[in-house]
Amino acid sequence: MSENMSELSRRRLLQLSAISGAGLLLAACDVGGGSDTSGDSGAAGTGEGQIKALFMKQAGYSEDDIRAMTDEFQKKYPKIKVEPSFVAYEALHDKIVAAAPASTFDVVLIDVIWPAEFGSKRIVTDVTDQFPANWKSDMLGGALATAAYRDRYYGVPWILDTKYFFYNTDMLSKAGVDPASLSTWDGVRTAARALKAKKVVEYPLIWSWKQAEALICDYTQLVGAFGGKFLSDDGKSIAFNTGGGLQALEFMKQTLDAKLTNPNSAESLEEDVRKIFSDGQAAMALNWTYLFNAANDPQQSKIAGKVGVASTPSGPAGAPGVNGSMALSVSTGSRNQKAAWTYISYITSAEVQNTYAKSSLPCWTRSYDDPAVASTLPQVVPVAKKQLADLIARPQVPRYNEISQILQAELQNALLNRKPPKKALDDAAEQARTLLS
Amino acid sequence: MTAAPPARPAPTPPATGPAPPARRWPLRRHAAGGQIRLALLLLLPAALVVFGVVLYPAGRALVISFYDVDSPFPGRYPFVGLRNYTDILADRRLWTAVGHTAYFTVVSTALELVLGLGLAQLLAAPLRLRWLFRAIVILPWALPTIVNGAMWRWILNAQYGVANALLTELHLQDGYRSWLGEDPFLALNMVVVADVWKNTSLVAFFLLAGLQTIPRGLHEAARVDGAGPIRSFLRITLPLLVPNIALVLVLRTIEAFKVFDIVYVMTGGGPASGTQTITFFTYLQAFSAQRFSSGASLAYLTVTAILLLALVYLRLLRQSELRSP
Amino acid sequence: MRASLRYRIFLHVAALAVSAVILAPFAWLLYSSFVGQTDLVSRPMRWLPEHVTLDRYREIFAGGGTGAGAAFRSAMVNSFLVAAGTVVISLTVGVLGGYALARLRFPLRRVTLLSFLVTYMLPPIALIIPLYLLMSRFGLLDTRTGLVIVYCSLATPFALWNMSTFFASLPVELEEAARVDGCGRLGALVRVMLPLSKPGILATALYAFLLCWDEFLYSLIFTSTEQAKTIPVAIAEFTGRNAVDFGLIAAGGVLAALPPVVLAVVFQRYLISGLASGAVKG
Repeated sequence: MSENMSELSRRRLLQLSAISGAGLLLAACDVGGGSDTSGDSGAAGTGEGQIKALFMKQAGYSEDDIRAMTDEFQKKYPKIKVEPSFVAYEALHDKIVAAAPASTFDVVLIDVIWPAEFGSKRIVTDVTDQFPANWKSDMLGGALATAAYRDRYYGVPWILDTKYFFYNTDMLSKAGVDPASLSTWDGVRTAARALKAKKVVEYPLIWSWKQAEALICDYTQLVGAFGGKFLSDDGKSIAFNTGGGLQALEFMKQTLDAKLTNPNSAESLEEDVRKIFSDGQAAMALNWTYLFNAANDPQQSKIAGKVGVASTPSGPAGAPGVNGSMALSVSTGSRNQKAAWTYISYITSAEVQNTYAKSSLPCWTRSYDDPAVASTLPQVVPVAKKQLADLIARPQVPRYNEISQILQAELQNALLNRKPPKKALDDAAEQARTLLS
Repeated sequence: MTAAPPARPAPTPPATGPAPPARRWPLRRHAAGGQIRLALLLLLPAALVVFGVVLYPAGRALVISFYDVDSPFPGRYPFVGLRNYTDILADRRLWTAVGHTAYFTVVSTALELVLGLGLAQLLAAPLRLRWLFRAIVILPWALPTIVNGAMWRWILNAQYGVANALLTELHLQDGYRSWLGEDPFLALNMVVVADVWKNTSLVAFFLLAGLQTIPRGLHEAARVDGAGPIRSFLRITLPLLVPNIALVLVLRTIEAFKVFDIVYVMTGGGPASGTQTITFFTYLQAFSAQRFSSGASLAYLTVTAILLLALVYLRLLRQSELRSP
Repeated sequence: MRASLRYRIFLHVAALAVSAVILAPFAWLLYSSFVGQTDLVSRPMRWLPEHVTLDRYREIFAGGGTGAGAAFRSAMVNSFLVAAGTVVISLTVGVLGGYALARLRFPLRRVTLLSFLVTYMLPPIALIIPLYLLMSRFGLLDTRTGLVIVYCSLATPFALWNMSTFFASLPVELEEAARVDGCGRLGALVRVMLPLSKPGILATALYAFLLCWDEFLYSLIFTSTEQAKTIPVAIAEFTGRNAVDFGLIAAGGVLAALPPVVLAVVFQRYLISGLASGAVKG
């Protein structure tokens, strides 16, 4: 048998190399010899005809909203036919990447953390030259940064969001805590101690600290409050392992050690935070706008009517919210970029955004003075107006995803007591250093 | 079937194919050329179906693994030879992922095989309501993996999961605890549990198909010789099942080695990267990071590892088969 | 036969135990699909729910427009058609090729089988982008045909191997007899081998069907509308970034598990081959 085997393995090698050789021939022309302009085959187009647009399901505007906007658009521009597709947020990035060489989509929805990556790899086009000057002055400052990378614009802001501070009014009054005291993180910590001491709730705080982007969002908001920076000012070195970046992590760790933070935070996403908060098992939480409506819906919540919302507490350095917005971009391969731009301009306009303000708050400053917009969410809009003007971005570098993954793992190492915070951040900085160039 | 089948010549053919059939085909030895043509003809459709789809992407991935490709577009990229392979092999995160994958593969495959063997016996046994039992056994296999992952994440939820509620109320544990978020090794084991719960059915059904080819006469003869059920299982069933065991072992090893969906849904690679497997790492490299070359070289390293493992299995099983009576 | 009686009791107890282990998590899935959202997250656990609701099933069966229900129903149809197409094709080529591997003498036989298996060892993640380009070039993106083609390449290697293992375990004499009676090789394959191979064919078909039913990554990337999205992708879209009702996922999961189970029950009698009724008590 064994001679048989060795003979076979030699033959097998031959056979396999023949197969891969054939594949190599087929494939080689695409990698080596292809023309290097093939990545930039987009064309302005006539501004008419069919375009495909990629959106996400859930969060922000609903599928029905987007279809309605699109129908209205087509009434105004009958020569452009828009075909929208919807995928889960989790699939959005990969779908955009996979579809890029085939130019399947003309318009794509991108998250705030992707412009650097997609812009530098020319997956989406630079639209700076088309970007009207008045948009730059009329949009909220935080929104504008969403699609910007190195002073160029790679899309138009569309879904605007940040994390607000939510609290259970019932629990606070039971513990005799004044909601006004929650305007600083120190105040939050004091309030949490009071809530715990009076046994109002076992763990007053719940966060989304699972090893995922959600962890970075919470961390970013604290980094902003403690005056930390992800990168040095010239963008060439890592800065999160010193100063505010370290203090933010130490604050997180302290609330865990003091049992003020629910230990299950380390396996929670925003949805788990929503459930635990809505079930009355936490008094305070950081989350996106949607929590307000969800926690006030008696169908899914036991604390409907007892939900307070405030802008994020401030630390020694201020109170910026994490920028969790999304933008619409024109894909580089699109053969109908003009029509794509017309469509984007229409659905990001203040008029359209005001009409659908109930689903997602507009990006335009003046919308917040529009009584129709203000009345959609009377408790949230005044807070949002203040918070959305002051946002902090996660690092805008092409390799953001890799840095984020490293940081997620190391933050968890610290939170789960596997490393001291300083060591964890130093290790993250060491691994991330090479990714900045 | 009316005609009683002739007793099968004991120890059956080797794992991946029979012994050269010529030994048992005295009829037309001269027809070798005809056999080759017929074999080609019969295998051609399968080859078209598989290689028609896979050859170009696999070839391209191989080429990409020798260049430094950092965007999805075709174009000019620097040729770097084997550097992607050496870089990735020097990456500490890979070896952590290899450790997790190896543990996951060995434990889940072994459990599925052992439990699957027992389950296959039960499936073949003369039970009342056997159709119902079979329907129940097929349930986990029929449940899509991503639902399975979501289900177990739900059951094991630290805050409101039913596992905690049940174990606490039965006083088997002091209070609610974290299954997926605190201890990386515990989380990995819970992923194993979810995988074994689902895939033991598959193993059992493949082994059941094999059990059906074992003539009843053999067991009866053994019983006449005074062998109990365990002896008869070890001496007759097991050796005759070797080809089927080889099949499911290789199948499950490949699948376990490539495990992705269930990790993606259950833990997202956490806590503290404790459930990150090779394919998950490949996914992060190839998609999130757009390091297509690292991803492609990882893929080929994975293939090499699985292939070696598969060959070792087949070798071992062949030897055990030769030793059996 | 006292020993036999004891053995039979043992078998039934074991079967009950196995059923319990299998059904417990599934029962919880079923339970979660019926109770209200606030019951799902209560602590301590309320074993008797406050709200029982059929809303999720109503949504899935009757929800219209762009809701989760309509998406789920079309995904069910897509999954079924894709899986059925894949089963037919991969089983046909698997039976033909498997016969060649089991019974014919030709050079590189093992290598041939191994090279098929190697294709299956490649993680899909590495193939997905070139494959996307290829599908785009042939206009196969977001079509069920495209998915059938991709899934056949996944299911065929094991169909080949399993069928060849199965054929090889059948006594060669039966086929010889048929050939002496004047059947050609293919005639013997169809008239003698296939009827004896029902358990193998059924296991292979189940495998191919459930592989399609389960596959997530390719479907996620290659489909984008209701024309071709399959069940796992539709259920994954129940989750997404915000506002996940696990009850809806649970209801979707329960419904998604049913068609394969029904199919398996309908065809399960073929699992008992004519060759060996080894299980029937003698």
